[in-house]
Amino acid sequence: MTTPLVEINQISRTYRMRTGLFGRTTSVHAVDGLSFSIVKGETLGIVGESGSGKSTTGRMVLGLEPPDAGTVRFDGAPIAAPGTAAWRAQRARMQMIFQDPLGALDRRLPVAEQIREPLDIHDIGTKDERDARVRELLLSVDLNDSHGRRYPGALSGGQRQRIVLARALATRPDFLVCDEPVSALDVSIQAQVVNLLVDLQARLGLTMLFISHDLRVIRQISSKVAVMYLGRIVEYGDADDLFAKPQHPYTQALVSASPAPGRRSIGRIVLTGDPPNPAARPSGCAFHPRCRHASARCAIEVPALAALDAQRQVACHLVTGSQSHTQDAA
Amino acid sequence: MAPLVSISGLKVAFNGTPVLHGIDLDIDKGEAVGLVGESGSGKSVTWLAALGLLPAKAKVAGSATLDGRELIGADGKVLDQVRGRRIAMIFQDPASALNPVLTIRRQLCESLALHRGLRGEAARIEALRLLDLVGIPDANRRLSAYPHEFSGGQVQRIMIAIALAGQPHLLIADEPTTALDATIQAQILDLLAAVRREFNMAMVLISHDLGVVAENCDRVCVMYAGRIVERAPATRLFDDPWHPYAQGLIGALPPLDGARRRLQAIPGTVPDPRALPSGCAFAPRCSFAGDGCHAGVPLLAPIVQDRAVACLRPQRLPVELAAE
Ligand SMILES: Nc1ncnc2c1ncn2[C@@H]1O[C@H](COP(=O)(O)OP(=O)(O)OP(=O)(O)O)[C@@H](O)[C@H]1O
Ligand SMILES: Nc1ncnc2c1ncn2[C@@H]1O[C@H](COP(=O)(O)OP(=O)(O)O)[C@@H](O)[C@H]1O
Ligand code: SF4
Ligand code: SF4
Ligand SMILES: [Mg+2]
Ligand SMILES: [Mg+2]
Repeated sequence: MTTPLVEINQISRTYRMRTGLFGRTTSVHAVDGLSFSIVKGETLGIVGESGSGKSTTGRMVLGLEPPDAGTVRFDGAPIAAPGTAAWRAQRARMQMIFQDPLGALDRRLPVAEQIREPLDIHDIGTKDERDARVRELLLSVDLNDSHGRRYPGALSGGQRQRIVLARALATRPDFLVCDEPVSALDVSIQAQVVNLLVDLQARLGLTMLFISHDLRVIRQISSKVAVMYLGRIVEYGDADDLFAKPQHPYTQALVSASPAPGRRSIGRIVLTGDPPNPAARPSGCAFHPRCRHASARCAIEVPALAALDAQRQVACHLVTGSQSHTQDAA
Repeated sequence: MAPLVSISGLKVAFNGTPVLHGIDLDIDKGEAVGLVGESGSGKSVTWLAALGLLPAKAKVAGSATLDGRELIGADGKVLDQVRGRRIAMIFQDPASALNPVLTIRRQLCESLALHRGLRGEAARIEALRLLDLVGIPDANRRLSAYPHEFSGGQVQRIMIAIALAGQPHLLIADEPTTALDATIQAQILDLLAAVRREFNMAMVLISHDLGVVAENCDRVCVMYAGRIVERAPATRLFDDPWHPYAQGLIGALPPLDGARRRLQAIPGTVPDPRALPSGCAFAPRCSFAGDGCHAGVPLLAPIVQDRAVACLRPQRLPVELAAE
């Protein structure tokens, strides 16, 4: 077996929010008992609807936010407490990229200086070595010195995202979390950044957690895919195979809802009912109010994520039969 | 058959910077036309200009007619008869288009009074029917709710109900599902298709999502830097795009099935309208560009019946012509 770089075991995160006139607090189970591991050099894609807990998962994996329960291990060791020296050492090996490159950059500084920042913080190399590294990083994201001298405002969205990527790569991380990194970009620019990520991943042997609501982008980049629904993984498997033969009713609807130019989809599964609300998660299988296969049992028992075969895991009574949790965490 | 809406030579400039350079586009009764292109290409401005919805600093020239009647420069009274009544528009961000302090009933009834002269019980019954039509469960009770009490997908349905209140002949849907999740997006597009069938309503679907447009439109116009660069029936465009930019857009889309392939990214970025390249605006990014491309602006010219393209160096004949 190949060794996992990242191992997540039964992590949960609940937010308490005040709602309504009387300030009643409600609990939002943003992430609920999530487990997965990512093998070195592989990319795990997480796909799911808004509010399904993707970003919360990303933050916990990076140790930016502690899970309420469960463990996160990086390269065999637990994530250190934030602020400690051990944590800083771990953090240099893991980096992240978010959707909004402009928000991630300082508008008042030339971008080359911002790429250089992590080298200064972690005190890596001499001044000349740092200068050379910045140039090398700019080239690695298909930009040059002249781009480096500009301020973020003078670069296009795609170029800014490449600057953010260059900065993330400065400390030669092993692990990259990308949260919707191309969602704000136009299609043609999106393709530039996706190609770049695929190339860099292969060239540097990066391990990645790639979060997106876009199935096409997820498939293009990921080796494995986890589909999330209201804080839980409902299906997990090899990227190509999962999208070719989705097994969970929600994944099936998601795949069939993704229109493709050149083929008019016949027999598309159109779900009825409302989008999922994390603050009012349905009992049993959280998908049951929208599921066309739901039976009485689905409203009561939470289906466990169970292996369908060597490659695929599915959390559905219909697909995996008898295995289930009776208690409902929600 | 005379077109329902006919736009010709439509130009718009903001503070002296032209952003639309002459749009020609006809919409027939009952048809669905898609507008695709990168952000800033002029998809929204085209319709905001036609409906007199741009700020005063915008300079608008050219013509847009509805059933032969000119809309550009028309006075407020004429436009009020058109907007919401004959042509309705729904926007990307539904939350900002609804009034947060008024109930859904008030907003629907206002629209019904304004466009159809319905009041009192008649308006209430029609409001209920519209909410039902767009699939809001428990419509009767929900009429007295406020916008924030609905989910994003429901708010978009309510926007559609309000747009339908005037029984429009044309619905302009500007990125109506971009802010919504995939499964909810599919529900909304299904609803729009059903409504179109029922009322024989024409639709302009503005989207940056080629798949959405391919599935929901009869014809598609691809826009780049303020011009239409290709116009074709939806299926033909996606099977056989002809303009290098249209080819690029389709090649840039990651496939959802079959073998993975490297994406054909279009190099470079969209030009700034203040510094457009001379000649063909796509030339700096075009792998087929030659000297001629920098000299003159290619005009949208018909190649075969119902297909037109604006390119000076056709690389190959479209399938239809080559066969002749
Ligand atoms: N700091 C917080 N305080 C309260 N609730 C939060 C917080 N962060 C996230 N949540 C809630 O937790 C749930 C999951 O949020 P998360 O941001 O992980 O979703 P997501 O899958 O990334 O969605 P999107 O696709 O919209 O980015 C949501 O209901 C969200 O409102
Ligand atoms: N109110 C405005 N003031 C100034 N410029 C505008 C305004 N609205 C749109 N523009 C410009 O007009 C061009 C076309 O915009 P738009 O039609 O909104 O593009 P899209 O194709 O994304 O809908 C862009 O360059 C945009 O910046
Ligand atoms: S467990 Fe039941 S409700 Fe949930 S996806 Fe399976 S069949 Fe549908
Ligand atoms: S006119 Fe020239 S530059 Fe423009 S799209 Fe055609 S080949 Fe390319
Ligand atoms: Mg998120
Ligand atoms: Mg727009």
